[in-house]
Amino acid sequence: MDMMKKVPVREQDPKVRATNFSEVCYGYNEEEALAEAARCLNCKKPFCMDGCPVNINIPAFIHALTEKDIEKAGDIIAESSSLPAICGRVCPQETQCEGKCVRGIKGESVSIGKLERFVADTNRANGHVSLAKAPSNGKKVAVIGAGPAGLTCAGDLARLGYEVKIFEALHKAGGVLSYGIPEFRLPKEEVVAKEIENVEKLGVSIETNVIIGKSVLLDELLEKEGFSAVFIGSGAGLPKFMGIPGESGNQVFSANEFLTRSNLMKGFRDDYDTPIHIGKKVIVVGGGNVAMDAARTALRLGAETHIVYRRSLEELPSRAEEVHHAVEEGIVFDLLQNPTEILNDENGNVTGVKIIKMELGEPDASGRRRPVEIPGSEYIMDCDMVIMALGTSPNPMISSTTEGLEINRHGCIIAEEETGKTSKENVYAGGDAVSGAATVILAMQAGKRAAKAIHEKLS
Amino acid sequence: MYQIIEKRLLADKIFLMKVYAPRVSANALPGQFIIAKLHEEGERIPLTICDYDRENGTIDIVYQTVGASTYKMAELNVGDSFTDFVGPLGNPSEFVKKTPEELKNIRFLFVAGGVGTAPVYPQAKWMKEHGISVDVIIGARNKDLIFYEDEMKKVANVYVCTDDGSYGFHGNTCDMINELYARGNHYDHCVAIGPCIMMKFVCLLTKKLELPTTVSMNPIMVDGTGMCGACRLHVGDSIKFACVDGPEFDGHLVDFDESMKRQRIYKTEEGRALLALQEGATHHGGCGQCS
Repeated sequence: MDMMKKVPVREQDPKVRATNFSEVCYGYNEEEALAEAARCLNCKKPFCMDGCPVNINIPAFIHALTEKDIEKAGDIIAESSSLPAICGRVCPQETQCEGKCVRGIKGESVSIGKLERFVADTNRANGHVSLAKAPSNGKKVAVIGAGPAGLTCAGDLARLGYEVKIFEALHKAGGVLSYGIPEFRLPKEEVVAKEIENVEKLGVSIETNVIIGKSVLLDELLEKEGFSAVFIGSGAGLPKFMGIPGESGNQVFSANEFLTRSNLMKGFRDDYDTPIHIGKKVIVVGGGNVAMDAARTALRLGAETHIVYRRSLEELPSRAEEVHHAVEEGIVFDLLQNPTEILNDENGNVTGVKIIKMELGEPDASGRRRPVEIPGSEYIMDCDMVIMALGTSPNPMISSTTEGLEINRHGCIIAEEETGKTSKENVYAGGDAVSGAATVILAMQAGKRAAKAIHEKLS
Repeated sequence: MYQIIEKRLLADKIFLMKVYAPRVSANALPGQFIIAKLHEEGERIPLTICDYDRENGTIDIVYQTVGASTYKMAELNVGDSFTDFVGPLGNPSEFVKKTPEELKNIRFLFVAGGVGTAPVYPQAKWMKEHGISVDVIIGARNKDLIFYEDEMKKVANVYVCTDDGSYGFHGNTCDMINELYARGNHYDHCVAIGPCIMMKFVCLLTKKLELPTTVSMNPIMVDGTGMCGACRLHVGDSIKFACVDGPEFDGHLVDFDESMKRQRIYKTEEGRALLALQEGATHHGGCGQCS
């Protein structure tokens, strides 16, 4: 075996998986995991840990794995993360832990994400849960939103002895893990539901169908329902659109809507009632992970699928792995192109998109080269459905109904980065509600930091 | 679980259900809506709140069986439960922020069309409770579709009209508004709730009458909490989301034609689902539309 290279991970054949919603990546079996774990150098100064937003003791869990003590490996991860099977699947490891792995300097980094997933999946299959927690301290904390930020904050506080209740607006817990990320990347029943159950086993209770700011006001949680502190992890909000003509066409969907219909409402299954529309040819506008998820879902529902993105391959904000998978599955990338108008017939049905070609100019504020329109390069691409995956702007429901909670000019809740402290006493916030659309693991980091700050404040 | 406390057939295919949902009734106000889900596999169905009882923790909803989901909903009975029932969603009607003194100087005309009569009721009732007298037009295609007349009469001055003249004034709601103006009535604000097409024509008329008009939009929604963007509509030049910016808007600025087109997006899928449900295994595809 070549120690410079990762043990390859088995995946579903691209041609087969393009027609089903089963998980793309099979993950390591024990033999593969042990071989990969043996590649870890167990560095004295583990840079990988610095790269992990929740500082999992990576060398220690991998070391336990090399000793075949998978339960111990799980317990080590559990000290830092309540959602390992999820993180092992959706974290951008290549820019975090694996991006800092010393192995990566001369060869390929250790496949830390796949090892984390193996540990979590094995322990789940064997029914091992790490439930170490402090005795109850009798204090109540409310968490708004059962997504990655809220679940992490709740799990950490429960381990510290708090009585934690999560209020979830939707009918199912999980936030973006349930409505956003597709089944083929993150199985809902086997993985998401099980990891949420583990958080509940720590004593966290989850009440669904409660909208803080509507059903109950945030102030009522503090004043009437007896909570000593509140953490807001309400997530990202309204989908952005381009503001071009024709965008109200009947088959123009936000990625949020399309993915929610498929993932949360299971519109892709015949035994669920929610309809999902699918065109013959679908254009997805955008280049992030959400665009990849929407495109790969449309492909699986039977559409010829194109991604139209205004910059080039190098600037695609999506994880490299997702782009690679999308290309393998047959999604066409129309790069350096941007829609200028959506064409609809007299009944509002989409018939095509007017697109202009772009070239890269000087770097902009983000450091990426700014795409510039090439005059006279417009053409029409026929299609019968468009999905806009352009990010989101914050949801106003909590901020507009809560006195003294400051927001920035974008509408995001203002919170201190290290603590999640907001302008309102005993109210903390984190995740997309603060940062705008970001990743699962950064939301978890924010939930973790807020849990620590809440504990310091209340103890 | 959210239990059904009462169920009544109000008119042809129009049902009322009183549902136990104390989290919803605690802060509910006129103009807001709920989302109900029948079972694990069900759709999220948005419905306007038609009455609320904070003491008993109940919410009234009224719906017409138009597709597979409302048809299934009508099969539920007292004692059955919704698996999910969430709200109140959207913003309360503008007028609830005004003081009784301010309201006394505004002459309100409510125009209720068809099943839209139900959401007008809590608004008229709220007015009555705050000492304000209002006029309400209840319009429907025919006599069989008129409901809530007695309830409404307890809280407002009611004018009933039917398109076919089978009951009340012979004419649609626009004809009734013209008739009231012909009788010398004058109003400062109109609230029109009903099918999109009715709200469109009421707004065309009230624009001419220079009568500011509020409408309640009922577009397709999925989450109803400001996430999916399905409920977007043009109000003037800007895009608004009915779930967090509405559902009530300035009717003179709403693009009704666009909204009506967008409401038809899933018509084929809904029609097929209803056929499959009603005809079950006997539906063999002979219609040629459902393969």
